[in-house]
Amino acid sequence: MSAIDVAEPAPAPTLRFVDRVNPATRLAAAMVLTTPLLVTVDWVSAAIALAIQLVLFALAGVTPALLVRRTWPILIAAPLAGISMLLYGRPSGTVYWEFWLAKVTDGSIQLAIAVTLRVLAIGLPAALLFLRVDPTDLADGLAQVWRLPARFVLGALAATRLVGLFVEDWRAMALARRARGIGDHGAVRRAATMAFALLVLAIRRGSKLATAMEARGFGADTPRTWARPSTVGAPDAVLVLIAAAVAAIAIAGAVWAGTYHPVWA
Amino acid sequence: MDRSPGAAGPARVDATGWGWRHAGRRRAALRGIDLRIHPGERVLLLGPSGSGKSTLLHALAGVLGGDDEGEHHGRLLIDGRPASEARGRAGLVLQDPDSQVVLARVGDDVAFGCENLGIPREEIWDRVRAAIDAVGLDLPLAHPTSRLSGGQKQRMALAGAIAMRPGLLLLDEPTANLDPAGVAEVRDAVARVLDRTGATLVVVEHRVDVWLDLVDRVVVLGADGRLLADGPPSVVLDERREALAAAGVWVPGVPLEVPDATDAAAPDARPALSTESLAIGRPRGAVLHERLGLVVPEASSTVLTGPNGAGKSTLALTLGGLLAPRAGRVIAAPALARGIGDAPLRWRSRELLTRIGTVFQEPEHQFVASTVRDEVAVAPRALGLGAADVDARVDEVLQRLRLDHLAAANPFTLSGGEARRLTVGAVLATRPGAVILDEPTFGQDRLGWVELVRLLHELVREGTTLLSVTHDAAYIASLGAHRIRLDARAAAGTGVATRGGPA
Repeated sequence: MSAIDVAEPAPAPTLRFVDRVNPATRLAAAMVLTTPLLVTVDWVSAAIALAIQLVLFALAGVTPALLVRRTWPILIAAPLAGISMLLYGRPSGTVYWEFWLAKVTDGSIQLAIAVTLRVLAIGLPAALLFLRVDPTDLADGLAQVWRLPARFVLGALAATRLVGLFVEDWRAMALARRARGIGDHGAVRRAATMAFALLVLAIRRGSKLATAMEARGFGADTPRTWARPSTVGAPDAVLVLIAAAVAAIAIAGAVWAGTYHPVWA
Repeated sequence: MDRSPGAAGPARVDATGWGWRHAGRRRAALRGIDLRIHPGERVLLLGPSGSGKSTLLHALAGVLGGDDEGEHHGRLLIDGRPASEARGRAGLVLQDPDSQVVLARVGDDVAFGCENLGIPREEIWDRVRAAIDAVGLDLPLAHPTSRLSGGQKQRMALAGAIAMRPGLLLLDEPTANLDPAGVAEVRDAVARVLDRTGATLVVVEHRVDVWLDLVDRVVVLGADGRLLADGPPSVVLDERREALAAAGVWVPGVPLEVPDATDAAAPDARPALSTESLAIGRPRGAVLHERLGLVVPEASSTVLTGPNGAGKSTLALTLGGLLAPRAGRVIAAPALARGIGDAPLRWRSRELLTRIGTVFQEPEHQFVASTVRDEVAVAPRALGLGAADVDARVDEVLQRLRLDHLAAANPFTLSGGEARRLTVGAVLATRPGAVILDEPTFGQDRLGWVELVRLLHELVREGTTLLSVTHDAAYIASLGAHRIRLDARAAAGTGVATRGGPA
């Protein structure tokens, strides 16, 4: 067996209250919280939602350091999305700066702020709510609480385990291409042929895994039992209510401030 | 009720005129099999590759698929019921350790089969603990499956099978991809499990000596998919010794007709590759060894041995100019480098072709073409050879490796032995000065093994420098003219021991 050097992930920090909520419920809460924020593009609703979220996550035990460590891609993506809006957003009002297609105006500044806040208000809770979610536990929740078909949920779960193998495969294939004399080609062409080879490999691995699962009775007609209980209780209801309340307050605030602006309007 | 899986004892198998033909194949994989296995019998199933051993095992496990996968004849019964309907009566362990891990934690993975059988929750965990104990896997239930060695993964798969309390245990070359320590682990676990459960056993394996003490019956399938021999191990192995060996089975006591390691050393050979305070490790991974100073002599065969995880593959890839040294240098001798600088890592991919060829552990990682012929032609073409030249070289290699009849086949459809020959052939087509092989004999049957070892001896005689990462004792005996042993991460500079060739 080749040596596999996968860095041991640091144990995730504990979160007060959130940890007692079923992962499937956390998914529901994230959807309840963020879907209303997707229908309007104003800065007030996003700012309100973000402010309440930050307070709530701080109460749950998310320190600023933890926030940065676990959500940095979102923290980078949000201002980038804002800058593109700043330069290319629909122009209106005073023009402050202009270069070719780029135009910074009153309207684009407002849009930039709104988009930056919105990416944060949607991205942060999604990332933080799933801080400590184990894929197996999420699958248990989806199948036992939401009653999604076991075949589908467990198939997807088993497939996620193959992803780690694909990373290994990809590295080995890259080395093999250099050894075979075709490593000098352009990176794009090489990546394309490797992607195809990886697909072939993935199908083969997948079918072997399917055989192994089938041999252990997976997919039979017998009703399945679950070794790990996945239940919901009062904390689950509370989290969904909190999520709904945050979304409602944010939208109400925007309507009250007169900035509410649904995307279809 | 018939719904209490595992309640019944050892299973009985009855095959009557049973056969199977895969959809899309003209020839039947198995034909007219008449076989009765009594409850509690322990059967070793032998036969050349392609004789349908795995097919029979899959059929017994009920995972051969429905009518769209192929057609069957005759009857195959477990305890009087068709095998395809007796799921749960048979537990199957497959060859590839990586492809049968289902879940992320050891306990969950072992519990998976019980869940599918509908066992009540409390009973599942009792069974899981008992199964993990039976296979001697002394790990917490929450241990991540990604951190298991190959031998541990196979024992976990075994635990997952026996937790279902099958009356019939089916093992499909469960140790073919393991190092000697892993082989012993799995074999001992199977022995313990059989003693506790008394289950009927059918095991497919080329390496007879591993299982000989454990089985009380040997069944041999012929290349044509029919039953060839059946009886007590001593009788069958004695009577059929030559025929079995010729069919690729590793029969104990039949000498391997390959040259000795003394034939694989050049007198006072100069170094082809050497290292200077070399540190090795995967990119972004930990440094596995530091201050390695070792020499690979030219026109000789060197073996690189050591326990799993010691970094043998990493060292081989680093010597082959594929991975960057983490510190220090790999130095190619002038005769090997031929005027392009002494650091293989700095050579271009095309320049590597005629200097150092690397044969990877997994053939599937290095296949890049859709036919065997193109696969061999890839490297000569990359060298910029003319079409006629390429054809000539490809023909030569295909003939030499007995792959000419497969020229139009897809590399991914080859058997293990054929795939290994192809990967070696693809490297030989550009006549590199040095060849590095990573576990070349994993999963090879006796025929493929002998063929490969003889070919490698020929290469050394022709002046090729050889370096092989291996665990295989017979391979080391035949090709270990020089030996480098890499121990698990030792104190700096002491992790390596070299032994010169027998003078």
